[in-house]
Amino acid sequence: MSAVKALLVRDMRLAVRLGGGAPMGVLFFLIVVTLMPFALGPDLALLRRIGPAILWLGALLASLLALDRLFAADHEDGSLDLILTSRLPLELTVAVKALAHWLTTGLPLVIAAPVLALFLDLDPPAMAAVALTLLVGTPALTFIGTVGAALAVTLRRGGLILAVLVLPLTIPVLIFGVAAANAAVIGPMPFGPPFTILCALSLISFVIGPFAAAAALRHGLE
Amino acid sequence: MPIIDLANPSRFLALVGRVLPWLAAATVCAFLVGLYYAALAPDDYQQGATVKIMFIHVPNAWLAMFCWTVMTVAALGTLVWRHPLADVAAKAAAPLGAAFTFLCLLTGSLWGRPMWGTYWVWDGRLTSVLVLFLMYLGVLALWRTVEEPSRAARAAAILTLVGAINLPIIKFSVDWWATLHQPASVLRLGGPTIHSSILVPLLIMGLAFMLLFATLHLAAMRNEILRRRVRTLRLMQAQAGA
Repeated sequence: MSAVKALLVRDMRLAVRLGGGAPMGVLFFLIVVTLMPFALGPDLALLRRIGPAILWLGALLASLLALDRLFAADHEDGSLDLILTSRLPLELTVAVKALAHWLTTGLPLVIAAPVLALFLDLDPPAMAAVALTLLVGTPALTFIGTVGAALAVTLRRGGLILAVLVLPLTIPVLIFGVAAANAAVIGPMPFGPPFTILCALSLISFVIGPFAAAAALRHGLE
Repeated sequence: MPIIDLANPSRFLALVGRVLPWLAAATVCAFLVGLYYAALAPDDYQQGATVKIMFIHVPNAWLAMFCWTVMTVAALGTLVWRHPLADVAAKAAAPLGAAFTFLCLLTGSLWGRPMWGTYWVWDGRLTSVLVLFLMYLGVLALWRTVEEPSRAARAAAILTLVGAINLPIIKFSVDWWATLHQPASVLRLGGPTIHSSILVPLLIMGLAFMLLFATLHLAAMRNEILRRRVRTLRLMQAQAGA
């Protein structure tokens, strides 16, 4: 248990103290949301209607941004080999690293979302709905992305292929996340069904992500 | 012949050399018969002669899904049984699957233009085939990125298995999303029953495309084995020269 805690603390410390981590993701999120009115026009009624979709898309892209460093940084300085030889099961190690990654990049996006929602003129219930769906959905994005990050770690051209591999797999999360947020804002659908399916998708990704990523690391680095 | 005997690439090559001409001949015959009956099939009272696109379109859609199944079995062969030909089979199936999926999309939009008045609608089935195509391209990109064949095979196998788990989920999500948005222009095709005058040529065409896949797949596997041998010989030559 202490090894799990040590790894979690180490990864979070590295993410916070090294540049390019959490603040960069939130900054990217802000820039994406800022770009939208330039493309769509400053029509607040339109922005309010598609606001949840804009926020979800921004968060999806921002959460992809830092993923390629998840294993690559450890691979470059050799600490990944040490982690691989530790007594902890690799699946658990991967899950802990993914959790640390979500706490430092996913959670700030969730916290930033209500603030950015102000730019899109969302009212408080809509803000809460978007933040809640992001809170449930972004872990799924991270855990699905872990598989891509593990596959990309041994490749030379990591960043771009990671996005190509991971983005199609995130389609269900995007569909149900936006649907649940929209259901709370404009109705007429109830909020419950898409939200519970979103929860289910997150739980599935907790199971598949670490196992597939651990298998990818084991086979890729041997 | 037990599958373990085929683990020897030379024996596999010998078998392919014997089977391939017969398979190619069977493919040509099946296509001739299938196209003949497809030409005889009656025109649809609403869609006219364009309904004949179906005889190409639907088998392509079947094979688009079948190729991922073949890749999934091959991925299990690579990771679980470590069968030496499994990754060759997986690598040979990926471009074929991408090609069949692309043809399915292409014939679908050519059919959709006169029927629906547009090349593309964001209908559930079309959208999930498009996502399938994107995933094939992802697998192809992964194969091309990793230089060493056995390492690329394991990475692609894991991606294929994750895709096999996710594809039904994606299909379900996209269907749910499409019913939510309910596009108005989509015609429901055929209904629950298809008349035998159309079903029989369709099944023959399905068989013909299946034979085509088997022929191309075996030929591509043979090429891949030979390509790897050339690669090994070149590496040995370079080492001897150094």
